[in-house]
Amino acid sequence: MQELVNRAKELLADGTVARVLGWKAGDLPYNPEPAYFEKAEELVDFVYNGFCGANLSKYMIEASKLEGKTMVCLKPCDTYSFNQLIKEHRVDRDKAYIVGVGCKGKLDIEKIRKQGIKGIELIQGAELTDEADTLKIQTIYGDKTCAYADAMLERCHVCKGKEHMVYDELIGDSNETKDADRFDEVAKLETMSPEEKFAFFQKELSKCIRCNACRNVCPACSCRKCVFDSTKFDSSQKANVDSFEEKMFHIIRAFHVAGRCTDCGECSRVCPQGIPLHLFNRKFIKDIDELYGEYQAGADITSKAPLTNYTFEDAEPSIVGKRG
Amino acid sequence: MSLENKEFKPKIVAFCCNWCSYAGADLAGSSRLTYPADVKIIRVPCSCRVNPMFILRAFEKGADGVIMCGCHPGDCHYSTGNFYARRRMTLLFSMLDYIGVENGRTRVEWVSAAEGVKFSETMNSFVEKIYSLGENVRLGDLRCKN
Repeated sequence: MQELVNRAKELLADGTVARVLGWKAGDLPYNPEPAYFEKAEELVDFVYNGFCGANLSKYMIEASKLEGKTMVCLKPCDTYSFNQLIKEHRVDRDKAYIVGVGCKGKLDIEKIRKQGIKGIELIQGAELTDEADTLKIQTIYGDKTCAYADAMLERCHVCKGKEHMVYDELIGDSNETKDADRFDEVAKLETMSPEEKFAFFQKELSKCIRCNACRNVCPACSCRKCVFDSTKFDSSQKANVDSFEEKMFHIIRAFHVAGRCTDCGECSRVCPQGIPLHLFNRKFIKDIDELYGEYQAGADITSKAPLTNYTFEDAEPSIVGKRG
Repeated sequence: MSLENKEFKPKIVAFCCNWCSYAGADLAGSSRLTYPADVKIIRVPCSCRVNPMFILRAFEKGADGVIMCGCHPGDCHYSTGNFYARRRMTLLFSMLDYIGVENGRTRVEWVSAAEGVKFSETMNSFVEKIYSLGENVRLGDLRCKN
């Protein structure tokens, strides 16, 4: 982290960048938040540790409109989103100085809490430079430990890899954290009966409080005008809710990002209700891979998105029923 | 009339493209071919005008089945519209299947302006399928039920 701060100071001092986009410490040890730093003195608040899960690429849409370059810290998975935004002409590549930061898997405070660790005061071992694979956690009930891998976000268990897709320079090393296939859960759901599937999604989606956090954080959801802000759209009112509304909301949201979703996993991370929203996005990714050829959104900036492309021999929609 | 005795009359929405399928339906009519009155046709300029939201919306408002008809692939009036529609609908139907909505409630059929017979046969078989599946209880909005 010190290396990162030093480099940021250098870049600010020589005028390469006008501001730094990174994370600053929150009021608790596990909630750093995205922040801009415009002066070298402000960088004392800069943090980069295992809890910096936030994908900063979406902030670059606004930062692209500001004067001067912005130094932005992107983890390997964030660079896919950034590439996708370049492709969609939402960010200006020339306005960004991308520092590809290392990542050894990001942590999920909820997973730590689920292990019965509450009243957290201090967490050690979450720094990028820490070699240990256990977290030492000081709580008001005494010291606890937790394996790093057990506290990782779901998305890090199915990591896309430690390569940065786009960067100006790299700082820090990354670890291989992948230990599962990202389509396992989707494949498991597909084999269930319609009743079981419906019950599963009903249970998960009925937790939705329509806070729009998933939409607001999603780098692919960058429309200036969003269909869900329309007062004419039924799902804008949660008060007179009906079970269909959340489904409609989530299917449409997933559909709007189908073929553009890089599977960065931010939607599931920010959901205050813990709904596994990635299951929708991954279903579309899986279908696209199977029917129209493997496609990873954001891996490059030239390929045609699957839903803006076609071939004469494409599968007919009846294939859905035939696949069983 | 009590609710239990009420005979099931499905509501079926058919999105038909202006250039092929709607003309196909016209031909079915002028050829005196029959298809059930449960089918309500909505004319769209092209099958690719059908936003996935239209289909969800139809289900929300109480449709028991939704069918989309367009020109045969390669014959689109706008050259390529139905190719895009085909990909979109495949993904949407797959998603609906994934969340537990029976796949039989959604269908895409390519009907040209000369295929009055196919139009009538398609509608008859689709309505039959919906009768066998019964009322759509999974996706309906309770506020839209009478």
